[in-house]
Amino acid sequence: MILTLHDYWSDRGCVILQPYDMEMGAGTFHTATTLRALGPDTWNAAFVQPCRRPTDGRYGKNPNRLQHYYQYQVILKPSPPDLQELYLGSLAAIGVDMTRHDIRFVEDDWESPTLGAWGLGWEVWCDGMEVTQFTYFQQMGGFDMKPVAGELTYGLERLAMYIQDVDNVYDLAFNDAGVTYGDIFLENERQMSTWNFEVADTASLFDLFRKAAAECENSLAAGLAIPAYEQAIKASHTFNLLQARGVISVAERQAYIGRVRDLAKGACAAWMEKNGWAA
Amino acid sequence: MMTDFLLELRSEEIPARMQDKARDDLARLFAAELGKAGLAAGSLVTYATPRRLVLIARDLPAETQAVSEELKGPKASAPPQALEGFLRKTGLTREALTERDGVLYAITERPGRATTDVLAEAIPAIIRGFPWPKSMRWGAASASTESLRWVRPLHGIVALFGEDLVEVEIAGIRSGVATFGHRFHHPGQITIGSAADYVEKLRACHVIVDQDERRALIRERATALAAEAGLVLVEDEGLVAENAGLTEWPVPLLGRFDPDFLSVPPEVIQLTARVNQKYFVCRDAEGALANAFVCTANIEATDGGAQIVEGNRKVLAARLSDARFFYETDLKTPLETQATKLANIVFHEKLGTVADKVDRVATLARWLVEEGIILLGTGRGTGEAGGGGVPQAASPAEAPLHHRPAAGGPPPRAGEEHVVLADMAERAARLAKADLVTGMVGEFPELQGLIGGYYAAAQGEPDAVAEAVRDHYKPVGQGDAVPAALVTVAVALADKLDSITQFFGADLRPSGSKDPFALRRSALGVIALILDNGLRFPLGTAVDQGVLDFFADRLKVQQREAGVRHDLIDAVFALGGEDDLVRLLARVHALQAFVATEDGTNLLAGYKRAANILKKEGVPDREAAVASYAPEPAEAALIAALDAAEPKAAAAIEAEDFEGAMAALASLRAPIDAFFDDVTVNDADPAKRAARLQLLDRVRAAVHTVADFSRIEG
Repeated sequence: MILTLHDYWSDRGCVILQPYDMEMGAGTFHTATTLRALGPDTWNAAFVQPCRRPTDGRYGKNPNRLQHYYQYQVILKPSPPDLQELYLGSLAAIGVDMTRHDIRFVEDDWESPTLGAWGLGWEVWCDGMEVTQFTYFQQMGGFDMKPVAGELTYGLERLAMYIQDVDNVYDLAFNDAGVTYGDIFLENERQMSTWNFEVADTASLFDLFRKAAAECENSLAAGLAIPAYEQAIKASHTFNLLQARGVISVAERQAYIGRVRDLAKGACAAWMEKNGWAA
Repeated sequence: MMTDFLLELRSEEIPARMQDKARDDLARLFAAELGKAGLAAGSLVTYATPRRLVLIARDLPAETQAVSEELKGPKASAPPQALEGFLRKTGLTREALTERDGVLYAITERPGRATTDVLAEAIPAIIRGFPWPKSMRWGAASASTESLRWVRPLHGIVALFGEDLVEVEIAGIRSGVATFGHRFHHPGQITIGSAADYVEKLRACHVIVDQDERRALIRERATALAAEAGLVLVEDEGLVAENAGLTEWPVPLLGRFDPDFLSVPPEVIQLTARVNQKYFVCRDAEGALANAFVCTANIEATDGGAQIVEGNRKVLAARLSDARFFYETDLKTPLETQATKLANIVFHEKLGTVADKVDRVATLARWLVEEGIILLGTGRGTGEAGGGGVPQAASPAEAPLHHRPAAGGPPPRAGEEHVVLADMAERAARLAKADLVTGMVGEFPELQGLIGGYYAAAQGEPDAVAEAVRDHYKPVGQGDAVPAALVTVAVALADKLDSITQFFGADLRPSGSKDPFALRRSALGVIALILDNGLRFPLGTAVDQGVLDFFADRLKVQQREAGVRHDLIDAVFALGGEDDLVRLLARVHALQAFVATEDGTNLLAGYKRAANILKKEGVPDREAAVASYAPEPAEAALIAALDAAEPKAAAAIEAEDFEGAMAALASLRAPIDAFFDDVTVNDADPAKRAARLQLLDRVRAAVHTVADFSRIEG
């Protein structure tokens, strides 16, 4: 399926990239999306990104919620006029029969408070299941998009469940030799859920958050946008872990989100400046 | 010859919730643009689907009316400077002016304009000025932030006046005669001839343009599917409209989910089905939630929808599995343990944490019982305000409000029961907010209270406590059920009173249209709890004057809606010192009944006459008014009537028998009328005048024991 998507989007002018090697909550955090979405240059890319969402962990007991899963990201700037048709073409390419499945574009305004980003679009439903997030970015890092980029984020596990017609993500066939998704990831989900929710040392996490924030500022002081951005991602993931541990109160939550947003915005601003782009 | 106009604005999927308002806005903006040119359509129809916004204007003329504008100038005999100024202003020559009755006029003939020209200007103006709640930029043009904004990318404009294309171009989109049918059933282009064939041509391409038709189809088909399965659809107009806004060719389908999920509270199942998946749910013949759902697809699938139903079933199963995960996880932690986490949640930056609030509410709820404001034997009993699905307590035999003594022990005395009631009120208050930190409320905030009620019952709290946890937010707005169970009333009242007094204390009171903490709604809740349960609660013992005045205002609003005359409420309020709402309203109701009678109307007239005289003449000193003369018969009769009525009215008011008080006053009506007929107040003898004014003052005072009649209108 990934290879089919790579072929499909490569044929349509996308560069095919590899995952970013850091923990992140969504493919949107990949520099190929955030930083490259800024500025006037044409940019078309597609890649797989493993995502970590500690609070979505279900100890391997939920048929489709996971704290670690894979997204397929496509970013197209400027957004092409036939983006919906291109997207539907990609679904057909991976085997979704649209005469038997109900595909719907359901309003979902995307916002990432930690990236200072928002866009309008939909969650795309296939028979009631959200399989893709479809967004026209309007702002990133607090900057207006000039021009607007279109972002497609496919939930690979969910699409695979459709195509293989299985009820439970852990029953997905990983190859033709009987290896299932569960064989590979079930124990990982159990252990990571336990660690995320119950074990992770909160004092170290708070410390990690502070250090990442400090390092981000250190990098910004040196005018280095990319290392600063990486530290912002690190702070964001650490914040997510703290959330899963339930140690951030409602009042503090906003303050932490604001802190991460400031870091991410700072990195985006440094990137704009480095490229000589005006806000 | 009148002609119809068709406008179709085709875009990517418009959010369902925005479609109704978009239709209204389109009609309004269109009428306004045409109005500027002096045009009006015979009728306007608008339609919305996910992918198009449509307007059909019927009976437009082919061109606008020719207009003759006349501008008055100087007199023909005026000095040349005046004429020159006028010619400069109008840009005309002297020969072009018309002279009438010695005055010069500039007359400009404006010929009619072709309606197509007006439309060609109107369409871009409408599109650029469209008030979408949220709009966006897209595509290469968005390199400039000034590029066209629309709710989602705009792709096509069909604009036909009769059969003629109205040529428009906006942001690179040229109007045409072609549009597209259903995204999957009919992906190709179709050509529209005119407004007359638009709806049917699209229907042939699997698009039902009329949202009302789609709604009716969903409503009827979903109901029928449930009936065919031996079930009853739980009606939900919001879902009907939303699904109609998500489909161009709606196809309702019924599916089943694993009955094991019915162990999750039915409200949770219904909520997740509705909010997350936009499904209807069904009940069985006994009224219990059934393991069935109705989803609305946008296609007629080649397999009859089997795969669609199966896919939707899986999604719902995952959602319900998640809900069950939260439910079972939450049940592992007792509510009192959850409640300790409330110390981490800020209620308001000036008012501490939710835990602080819980402490105050618990104290207040106990106080309400201990003060005898909430008393066994008052209220309307238990269990009337329920939202259904009351969880059973561990011991179903446990009566909600009665302490059950150990077998063989002495029967409880009223005092003991009262202590138990106070304990329960405090206990319920301490648990009431604990569900705010549960996973379930984190996922579904609208379940606050309700889910706490389930958890309280599951951990073996008495029914009365679980019910109070569940219902303590009630009543939420007008029309919501008002709790009647005593423990619930105590907690509900304490919770709302605490919010109001705390926010007022921090000077965060509502003003104008701003009421961010919904204190007006809380005050209405307090009023409803007191009145519906007949609570004798002197509010002044719990709140200060500022809050009392706030309640008075809210009471007027609430009673006005209930048909009580606001001037009568004012008349009673004006007496001052009344903080018992039950007594206050009893007085108002008696007054309203009384002023509707002939006696009441005439007494009011007599009162007003007396009050007017007193206002004009002033009230003399009592000393000056000692009657040193033989009163006339009507005067003596009025004195006698007052001597009789005053103690009767006072006694009746003391006994809160306001009808009796009104009846006592009614006895004054005839003597007052006779007095005004027979006696001159403004007598030449100052002693008589003073005594009679004094008498009128006494009449006024007697009437004021019931209400300030000067506030009564009419």
